[in-house]
Amino acid sequence: MQKVYTRIESIVGNVVTVRAEGVKNGDLALVGDSYANVIKLDRDLVSLQVFAGAQGVSTTDPVKFLGRPMMVSFSEHLLGRIFDGAGVPRDNGPALTENMIPIGGPSFNPAKRILPTRMIRTGIPMIDVFNTLVESQKLPIFSISGEPYNQLLSRIALQAEVDVIVLGGMGLKYDDYMEFRETLEKGGAMSHTVMFIHTASDPIVECTLVPDLSLAVAERFALDGKRVLVLLTDMTNFADAQKEMAITMERVPSNRGYPGDLYSALAARYEKAVDIEGAGSITILGVTTMPGDDVTHPVPDNTGYITEGQYYLKNGHIEPFGSLSRLKQNVNGKTRNDHRALMDGMIRLYAQYQESLEKRSMGFLMTEWDDKLLKYGELFETKLMDLSVNIPLEQALDLGWEILAECFEPVETGLQSALINERWPDKSALKQ
Amino acid sequence: MSIKQETGRVTGVNGNLLSVEFDGSVRKNEVGYIRVDDKRLKGEVIRIRGGEINMQIYEMTEGIKVGDVVEFTDELMSVDLGPGHLSQVFDGLQNPLPALAEQCGFYLDRGVYLEAIPDKDWDFTPTVKEGDRVKAGSTIGTVPEGLFTNHIMVPFTLKGDDWRVRAIREPGVCNVHDTVCVIENDKGNIQNLSMVFTQPVKQAVTCYEEKLRPTEPLVTKLRCIDSFLPVAKGGTFCTPGPFGAGKTVLQHMQAKNSDVDVVIVAACGERAGEVVEVLKEFPELTDPRTGRSLMERTIIICNTSSMPVAAREASVYTAVTLAEYYRQMGLDVLLLADSTSRWAQAMREMSGRLEEIPGEEAFPAYLESSIAAFYERAGKVRLSDGSIASITIGGTVSPAGGNFEEPVTQATLKVVGAFHGLSRERSDARKYPSIHPVDSWSKYKGVIDMERVEKARSILIRSIEVGQMMKVVGEEGTSAEDYIIYQKGELLDAVYLQQNSFDPIDQACSPERQNRVFNLLYDAMMRDYDLTDKGEIRSFFNNLRQEFLDWHGTEFETPEFEKQEKVISDLYMAKVTQ
Repeated sequence: MQKVYTRIESIVGNVVTVRAEGVKNGDLALVGDSYANVIKLDRDLVSLQVFAGAQGVSTTDPVKFLGRPMMVSFSEHLLGRIFDGAGVPRDNGPALTENMIPIGGPSFNPAKRILPTRMIRTGIPMIDVFNTLVESQKLPIFSISGEPYNQLLSRIALQAEVDVIVLGGMGLKYDDYMEFRETLEKGGAMSHTVMFIHTASDPIVECTLVPDLSLAVAERFALDGKRVLVLLTDMTNFADAQKEMAITMERVPSNRGYPGDLYSALAARYEKAVDIEGAGSITILGVTTMPGDDVTHPVPDNTGYITEGQYYLKNGHIEPFGSLSRLKQNVNGKTRNDHRALMDGMIRLYAQYQESLEKRSMGFLMTEWDDKLLKYGELFETKLMDLSVNIPLEQALDLGWEILAECFEPVETGLQSALINERWPDKSALKQ
Repeated sequence: MSIKQETGRVTGVNGNLLSVEFDGSVRKNEVGYIRVDDKRLKGEVIRIRGGEINMQIYEMTEGIKVGDVVEFTDELMSVDLGPGHLSQVFDGLQNPLPALAEQCGFYLDRGVYLEAIPDKDWDFTPTVKEGDRVKAGSTIGTVPEGLFTNHIMVPFTLKGDDWRVRAIREPGVCNVHDTVCVIENDKGNIQNLSMVFTQPVKQAVTCYEEKLRPTEPLVTKLRCIDSFLPVAKGGTFCTPGPFGAGKTVLQHMQAKNSDVDVVIVAACGERAGEVVEVLKEFPELTDPRTGRSLMERTIIICNTSSMPVAAREASVYTAVTLAEYYRQMGLDVLLLADSTSRWAQAMREMSGRLEEIPGEEAFPAYLESSIAAFYERAGKVRLSDGSIASITIGGTVSPAGGNFEEPVTQATLKVVGAFHGLSRERSDARKYPSIHPVDSWSKYKGVIDMERVEKARSILIRSIEVGQMMKVVGEEGTSAEDYIIYQKGELLDAVYLQQNSFDPIDQACSPERQNRVFNLLYDAMMRDYDLTDKGEIRSFFNNLRQEFLDWHGTEFETPEFEKQEKVISDLYMAKVTQ
């Protein structure tokens, strides 16, 4: 009984308008053979956004309304599969149609939220030791084009101790997509991974659906008691897609052409991160590339107001300064007794190392202390900051002590004597 | 709630903006419900043009179709006022969130609206008798609500002053919805009053004798604010700052330590996690004024960033209306709105959908007047029974890119009495609170003699200038005199403007203690010192700083406190120029 309409009134950008009746806002439709959703109703004029783009759509193409909103199939069969931004398989596997769930569902009741208390181990010392990732946290990786942010995400996907990984790719280069796929397959993580991939050559509308698809699926896994890690790359492409669509729909732009609801659009996605009492959790790590390395650009700026801290990826490593996990206090007191003190102490010394570097570059005389700091800084950068290092937190802490012992006398570290007595590797260096 | 007989029909949907046709009479800002499947979605009429009604919907609009039925209520967007608000958590439309969770589980289902006022019994004591004259805002009786005596009042919207009490309930327990009083006016109109009545949120409550000038300081126990950038009871202040500068942490400290009766926290378009921190933390903390749980004086209005944007716009009005209700009982109320930028953005989104001509950065042209109208609902008033009450409003602002030149910050600065600008440099340097001491300002009187504060501030400004100069000419190129000024400013910053929020004693500094500490510090800063060597100067001030910080860790007016005060004065007096 589905009625087919064949009179398209207008085609502007990716939006087609057709005269139809009884259509619900947000419903899915088929324009020709590509999916579209209803974005505006004005009496009998229905505006539809065509996922695959309106290029080539004819005014006489049939429009069929499906009478339901955009949905995605949810089951264990998702694991190991790869889909595009419209939820269509891109791995030659069968299409999934069972147990369809709506995307972009309602917001979590704040009264049901609980304080996050569990850390997610990633095996990356710059995260585990210095800016611990906490379950249900939402964190962006601020970066610039050219930085290895996708490699970092694959490492996290391989190493993070979680049950399910949902990878949402937006505007990915095809090579990057292949690299993700190969790395995860080789690393054996594919069996607990679902991917929703929109590549740079795919239609722009699909880009904006990727986070919703990823998070709708993640939400169901979490309700089933799974600890889910959602990796989104790159959210700046998502925002740019929103911008492109807003402009073609002639909406008033606010800041640098972005729509006025950019903050709400980003927040609606990031706020899906949650720890559900008695069930699982959703943790979100998103890449935000900063155009021109400018943190005041609307996308990183709005993101910073939404997320709980940020990782700065600069020169191939996670920058110790500027990076911040706001929730780390919730967990790093319970890991090991030296965690907090060592973290603070090492960062303090690293800051001094940077000052010494500056001094050296200006041609000042280097003191003995400066030499110690320079040695320390180098060791710190190669042994801990390098992104290829994969060691558990405890080992990373031990390594921290070893680095300190290699460069300094115990008293020079500024750490509490009790801790030093307990942890200093070479006990003979300690005054009895 | 009365529903009109006739109903309207949806003619268009654009995001959360609906077009509706309706032949009957309709009021601007009237509430209507859209019937979708088995649900009724709440919305508000925001424009009537060319016979077409535009409504903003407080819910997601998926599934609405042309021809859906709209029921109009003939009532403006309102909240229920009555006993039982304290320690509750509401969304922006006054839906109690814990009760909602009980009914709907983890997620906020749309179209579910619950009673805001708990359906319970109260111990009612009448304060009027038959024949007494009453008008809007008159107290007709009281019930005990937690720490306070809640006044049962005549609805604030009652028109005319010719009303008399015809019947009043005897003292005793009765339900919140029972009729407790019957009033009649000269024309013979009769109204039954219960403990609950409704109040439109966008109209300021003006049932008071006169509005007074805010003069009494509102003590926040933060030295930087109380002494240097004070806030007055009934005043307004704003806290703009880039992300990560500690706006929310600062507001939570104010919510904890402020010397007021009721605190209303309006989390408007911010992270849900931050609300959870308040929810979990406040019940555990005791209010030093009453010895009871802090939650008992707190109301949380929570419309987090992922909740529908139209309800975010309503949430600050809901919060301020609740503040006005408690003010009418003679209480001092502090309203903390975090963040007003999100509220302004909600207006921007709506304005965009209405296709209004945009102002700066696409904010609507009425942005400034809306912000002004909101802050003007603060104030200190004399009520008809002679008591003095106040609403103090503090709003955070989240300027895009941390740039204070943007429209929301600028519009806010025009109407507030104090500006606490947070700085990224200070927060990066882990200086708490990160309020910039020189850029910020206040028009109110603080807990310390203003003249001396000004003198101390001028040394701080001079010190910053010297500091800037030193970056160019180095320490060597700076005279000992200048260097001492520089160190004095640094000392003031380190031991007075900064405060350790983790230290149980230092986190809350009483006005008496602020006076003691300031007096000593002021004396130390005004002296000339017999020091010439830079190293010597530095170590002298370092020692002084250390002793002051140790002083902050001692309990006020204990022997250790007195002893440490002596240690400090001996320390600097030894070096004073004779």
